[in-house]
Amino acid sequence: MPVTNDQSGLHYKTRLFTVLTILTNVAGNSALTKGMQQIGDPGSTPAALIGALFHPWVALGVALLIVWTLTHMALLSWADLSYVLPVTAFAYVLTELSGKFLLGEFISTQRWFGVLLITAGVFLVGRTPPSSVDAGTTPS
Amino acid sequence: MKWILVFTVICATTVGDVCRSLGMRQHGEMHEFSPGAIGQAFAAVARNWLVIVSTCAMAVSFFSFMKLVAIAPMSFAVPMSAATFVPETLLARFLLKEKVDWRRWMGVGLILVGVYFISQ
Repeated sequence: MPVTNDQSGLHYKTRLFTVLTILTNVAGNSALTKGMQQIGDPGSTPAALIGALFHPWVALGVALLIVWTLTHMALLSWADLSYVLPVTAFAYVLTELSGKFLLGEFISTQRWFGVLLITAGVFLVGRTPPSSVDAGTTPS
Repeated sequence: MKWILVFTVICATTVGDVCRSLGMRQHGEMHEFSPGAIGQAFAAVARNWLVIVSTCAMAVSFFSFMKLVAIAPMSFAVPMSAATFVPETLLARFLLKEKVDWRRWMGVGLILVGVYFISQ
């Protein structure tokens, strides 16, 4: 499944991997948190921590966070860190919205204001070109 | 203790992200996304010392953050961990030589203030 290297291809690829990075991050952290809440304190021995990995929600969370790591690495193979870091901060917004619409949590006016500011920041950075340096080079 | 953990999270995340960016830039842009190509690419980067350092730093960051949220409220831990945006953007500008224009700085500023508000 080759992806073209022209500007539109780069933008399409960047948007796709940005969305994948955000979704796997939010879903992975949510699954991990749900699993750890169900388990309670597993203790700090290596056996207890390894045992916690076999809980279905924890296993799903870890699997999603592995996918997050891989998509984040792929994104950084062509996009700037100063681009990837702010645009993937949309995960904060998605976490708030999923709390509101999936769990029915209350979001105060102050928190809605925070959501608005983060969205504006992500939009502003999203308007910049994803890459300002050539991939395959190291800074001198 | 909590400030030691905040410092550890910020340093480890910054080292992790900067090393990951450097390592992946050395590897070059990924073009092929078939399962075989993805496997080959990650087998190659798994031998890159910058990516190895990055993965270790991210593990330190993850466990330090888990410990931080166990002893401090999320309203403290989340904005403190978001402070990594500042050193990472500075390093992206001066170490990675990225072009960080006013929109990126302004975006980082808006996000930091936004994270502060949603954590209250």
